[in-house]
Amino acid sequence: MNPVIHLNDVSRVFPADPPVHALSKIRLRVEQGDYVAIVGPSGSGKSTLLNTLGLLDRPTAGSYLLDGIETTTLKDGARTRLRGHRIGFVYQSFHLLDHRTVAENVMLAEMYGRSGGAGGERARKEPPGATGGGYGRRGRRRRAEEMLEKVGMSHRVDFVPGRLSGGERQRVAIARALMGGPSLLLCDEPTGNLDSRNTGAVLDLFDGLRDQGLTLLVITHEDAVSARANRRVRISDGILTEG
Amino acid sequence: MDIRDLWSEALAGMLARPVRSALTTLGTVLGITTLVITLGVAATAGNQIVGRFDELTATAITVEVPDKPDPLVTWDAHASLTRLRGVVSAVALAQTDRSSNLQVTSNTLVDPTRVTGHTLAVVATGPELPRAVHGRMTGGRFFDEGHVGRRDRVVVLGEQAARMLGVTRLANAPAVFIGDRAYTVIGILGDLRREQILSTAVIVPSTIGADFGLKNVTRVLVNTTLGAAELIAGQAPVALSPNHPDELQVIAPPSPKRARDGVQDDVNGLFLILGLVSLVVGAVGIANVTLVTVMERVAEIGLRRSLGAARRHIAAQFLLESTLIGMTGGVIGAGLGLVSVVAVSATKEWTPVLDARLALAAPVAGALVGLLAGLYPALRAAGMEPVDALR
Ligand SMILES: Nc1ncnc2c1ncn2[C@@H]1O[C@H](COP(=O)(O)OP(=O)(O)O)[C@@H](O)[C@H]1O
Ligand SMILES: [Mg+2]
Repeated sequence: MNPVIHLNDVSRVFPADPPVHALSKIRLRVEQGDYVAIVGPSGSGKSTLLNTLGLLDRPTAGSYLLDGIETTTLKDGARTRLRGHRIGFVYQSFHLLDHRTVAENVMLAEMYGRSGGAGGERARKEPPGATGGGYGRRGRRRRAEEMLEKVGMSHRVDFVPGRLSGGERQRVAIARALMGGPSLLLCDEPTGNLDSRNTGAVLDLFDGLRDQGLTLLVITHEDAVSARANRRVRISDGILTEG
Repeated sequence: MDIRDLWSEALAGMLARPVRSALTTLGTVLGITTLVITLGVAATAGNQIVGRFDELTATAITVEVPDKPDPLVTWDAHASLTRLRGVVSAVALAQTDRSSNLQVTSNTLVDPTRVTGHTLAVVATGPELPRAVHGRMTGGRFFDEGHVGRRDRVVVLGEQAARMLGVTRLANAPAVFIGDRAYTVIGILGDLRREQILSTAVIVPSTIGADFGLKNVTRVLVNTTLGAAELIAGQAPVALSPNHPDELQVIAPPSPKRARDGVQDDVNGLFLILGLVSLVVGAVGIANVTLVTVMERVAEIGLRRSLGAARRHIAAQFLLESTLIGMTGGVIGAGLGLVSVVAVSATKEWTPVLDARLALAAPVAGALVGLLAGLYPALRAAGMEPVDALR
């Protein structure tokens, strides 16, 4: 079986004077169900790595296979589709739409890549929380409510994000990332804006997702977070080291 | 992406800041309103002119005769006019301010307690009147040369006057009293297509007009063949009053060409330009605000891209948002414009001409303005790198 992530000598150089070597010859294999923490000081290349893994950025050299698919040679459109179908993102600043309800924010995830008709392109495995059935507009709200139930946010379905606490917002963002069942969850400092109690709740959630077979990559500089992962990689000056 | 999702996202984007969206439509509203008013008023006024230049009006001449002790025009005016080539019919009338307010009563009313008097106009004329006003006898007959020659005390009632006086049946020769003198009603004249005011008048033979101070001709109605009006207008005074033609005042239909040119110059040109300028201003406004919106929503764009939105999805959403704003402006503008056209028509007593195509084209034009205005901001939004947008 293919690893979910297979990076081979991936480099990312930002053209500047002098050029910034944000990632240098990175090799990384992540198997399905892995829970990997990426730690490193600020400016070490963590976000660049995550953007590369999330197909938001292209490496300047090397090869990146996602679910066995070589992504570096794909055109923009194909990368976008692949991203929409297989990758969920969780950000430090949540990125919820202020004017939309919690349910609408979650439903947004099905609007592009993960909406109906994309059967063959969808994740190979039954994703955690997938309820079977279609991905059309009809059941979308029900599916969003199911996801919100998984993250313990059923009681806030029709709230707007502005009325939620930070921890609640992050749980909504996680529900959105889980919609449609991605094969990979990429989190950039997901607890960076949360207090320890809310951090604990989010980490419990991640544990549950890992137990259901989801692959998780979490950027963090908090020991409490990286301690919960089964694997820890360190990045410094663009160079990745295990442990 | 499902087209319905695109719609609901664009709509939500527009409604997220309703006040801003409303203000953004203002320029388009102004432009579309101006255009609808301009085109609507032009169509209405144009129709008015067409109406004025229908065959009937284009051939109608009125000659006003000033009151002189020595009459300028005699009662055989129609004879001297119909001799002219191009005159179809003519008739002389006499009516003064005093004869316009005479107390007229009828004896047909049974109830003596009812107010039976009516203040009506009395007009003296000749037997040619029905033809000259394109009227039709709705009852009885008009007086003839015989009545005139014998100075018979007969009258013909205008249709309205007959109704007011309660005269409906002429079989037993009803009478009306003008002042305290009785006159026999021999006919009712209706369906006037010229001098409609005669519908409320009591029409008497010229020879008994003297009873009401109507001795001299005050007005001559002339109908010409089509195209002869201008020529006859020049010849009529000489034919009517060879010695004092200059003292007669001829009211002829204006030449159609002149009027139409006037409308085109005054109404259309200026306001069309004004409307188009407003539309351009409206478009710039939409473009500006949409660009600001795009910059404010950089993070949202990044998020959508990370959720699998392609560049064209982003472009489509912002394009649709600006198009919706433009269309809203168009709809409001069309409504305001049409209401204004009706209001303008009402004050001018015109019949408003409301073209359904205009009402439909206005929102489309507004949408087009929004679409064009949204092009640049939408391309900017679509061109953003998701990494930059999410930073
Ligand atoms: N678009 C860019 N252009 C130039 N340099 C960049 C760009 N993005 C990131 N960098 C640089 O690359 C390095 C890694 O950045 P980043 O991955 O954001 O670090 P981290 O997330 O670990 O703090 C930093 O030195 C940063 O300044
Ligand atoms: Mg970072």
